[in-house]
Amino acid sequence: MTSTATVSSPIRRKPPIPIGRVLAFIALALIVLISVFPIWIVLKTALTSNSALFAEAGQLFPSQPTLINFQRVLGFLSQAEAQKAGGSGSSISFFAAMINSAIFTALIVFFQTFFSAMAAYAFARLKFPGRDAIFTMFLIALMIPGIVLFIPNFITIKNLGLLDSMGGMVAPFVLMSPFAVFFLRQFFLSLPRETEEAAFLDGANPFVIFWRITLPMSQGPLVTLAILTAIGSWNEFFWPFLIAKNESTFTLPVALQIFKTQTPQGSPDWTGLMAGTFVAVIPIFILLLVMGRRVVESLQFSGAK
Amino acid sequence: MTGSSAKTFTPPRPKGLPSWAVGYLFIAPAIIGFVAFYLYPAIRGLQISFTDWNLLSDPKFIGFQNYLEVFSDAKFWASFGVTVQYVLWNIPLQTVLSLLLAVAMDRLVSSMAIKGLLILPYLLSSVIVGMIFLWMLDPLLGILIQWLAATPIGKQTFFSSPEQAIPTIAIINIWKHMGFNALLFYAGMQSIPRTVYEAAKIDGASEWTTFWRMTLPLLRPVTVFVMVTSVIGSFQIFDMIAVTTNGGPIDSTRVVVLYIYQNAFSFFRMGYATAMSMVLFAILVFFTLLQTRILRANESDLD
Repeated sequence: MTSTATVSSPIRRKPPIPIGRVLAFIALALIVLISVFPIWIVLKTALTSNSALFAEAGQLFPSQPTLINFQRVLGFLSQAEAQKAGGSGSSISFFAAMINSAIFTALIVFFQTFFSAMAAYAFARLKFPGRDAIFTMFLIALMIPGIVLFIPNFITIKNLGLLDSMGGMVAPFVLMSPFAVFFLRQFFLSLPRETEEAAFLDGANPFVIFWRITLPMSQGPLVTLAILTAIGSWNEFFWPFLIAKNESTFTLPVALQIFKTQTPQGSPDWTGLMAGTFVAVIPIFILLLVMGRRVVESLQFSGAK
Repeated sequence: MTGSSAKTFTPPRPKGLPSWAVGYLFIAPAIIGFVAFYLYPAIRGLQISFTDWNLLSDPKFIGFQNYLEVFSDAKFWASFGVTVQYVLWNIPLQTVLSLLLAVAMDRLVSSMAIKGLLILPYLLSSVIVGMIFLWMLDPLLGILIQWLAATPIGKQTFFSSPEQAIPTIAIINIWKHMGFNALLFYAGMQSIPRTVYEAAKIDGASEWTTFWRMTLPLLRPVTVFVMVTSVIGSFQIFDMIAVTTNGGPIDSTRVVVLYIYQNAFSFFRMGYATAMSMVLFAILVFFTLLQTRILRANESDLD
């Protein structure tokens, strides 16, 4: 490829200093910096003691880093100690919220992916009356805005007596997602049928084929889907905000919002809030560190639907 | 697409179960979820939108009255105006910046670590992003405010003035989405055959011309996808506004979804709120059709 380019250029000369390239590099470096900078400010603020907050507001580094804000928002200090450290008296424990967020995310990722995979397999491989009509309805559901469904769903959950419960929070998400069904069906359609046929000839039934052959052959797309679902659920705000009414059910985004508005002293408890925010960011960091390539590829894929 | 159409292979059924039953067993959980949380609420929502209902007493059927009210409600149209203003601040700038970033990634970046850092903002919850910028732009202690004060630009009001609140939120959302959209554009650019670029180079086209005449037209399907999903998403903005301004100051950031939310869960006007959500749905469908029509959706010039 390089040779064609060299041959085609009439005069062989050393390329001039590519100013455009240098500028592009600088711009790119700047954008990376801008992407990361706010996260640094979160950490810096979380590590700053409340008494130093005012003096160090314009600084990039905390002069005397402390973990006290993490300790108090995670509930490791007594109420009195926390207030002494500058807490607003707000009693939300981000530790409980973190556990709730983890349960919320885990339930949705596991069940939504599994049940959607079952449905996707049926749409891709099995024959039953109404199959295509049902699948078309799933596709239409992809386009309905959240707010249209949230109000009637809120009423359903309320009538079921599931307000303020984990069950009510996960109910609309655990049984299926139209996107997940669509995504996996496309993949299952692309799988070669030979292995399944062989298993069939050996007398395996569809459930065995699905469990032993199709699922193991689909690890890549399943992981992709699980990553997308995990990020979405971990960050979900609107629905848990409608359903969760007290500390025992708050997920992290909800707890952060409530914590922010609980400001007896007027302005929010910024050091505590940023410690809580950082706690919510940590899993995202871990995900990026452990499977960064997978995450980037998954996101690319989410656009290729 | 049915894969290999040569052989039709249907997996067998377990003993005693007819084949249609097997299919229904497989989709049973998904169907229950779909009926309970998509189909039923869609129909129920439509039904509620024709009633006057405060959740406590029985709903009262009032025909099209809610819809008539939507069309004459100045507050609804004000919130619609705010939303459009937000979309106009958000989408063009975001698309251009994402495209430029994608070009830079295409030419300069192969490192996964850099890509990971660039999409980091997208992975954060809108609530968290709102919180972070609320802090960095805090009128008293925000680091950006402190730094700005030291420059000729001086302190700005950002969230606390009606003029700056929407642009501020739009720019924050650009910060959040730029890396992700750039990644989508970048992925699209990878699918353009390198031979196209080589041919352009041989013909003596500058990088700029190549970008305008080759890359951009060939990228059209990705651009349509990114813009349609961005516009649909932007029209439904809620989380970040709920966290940062909650509609203020003086209703300058009360977007449509926030107004619907307030009607449903603060004023308990379920019928009116669902009617507005249906109108929003209709508007979104209209915009989607319009946008795909204008941008001539799926045809890439590559074919």
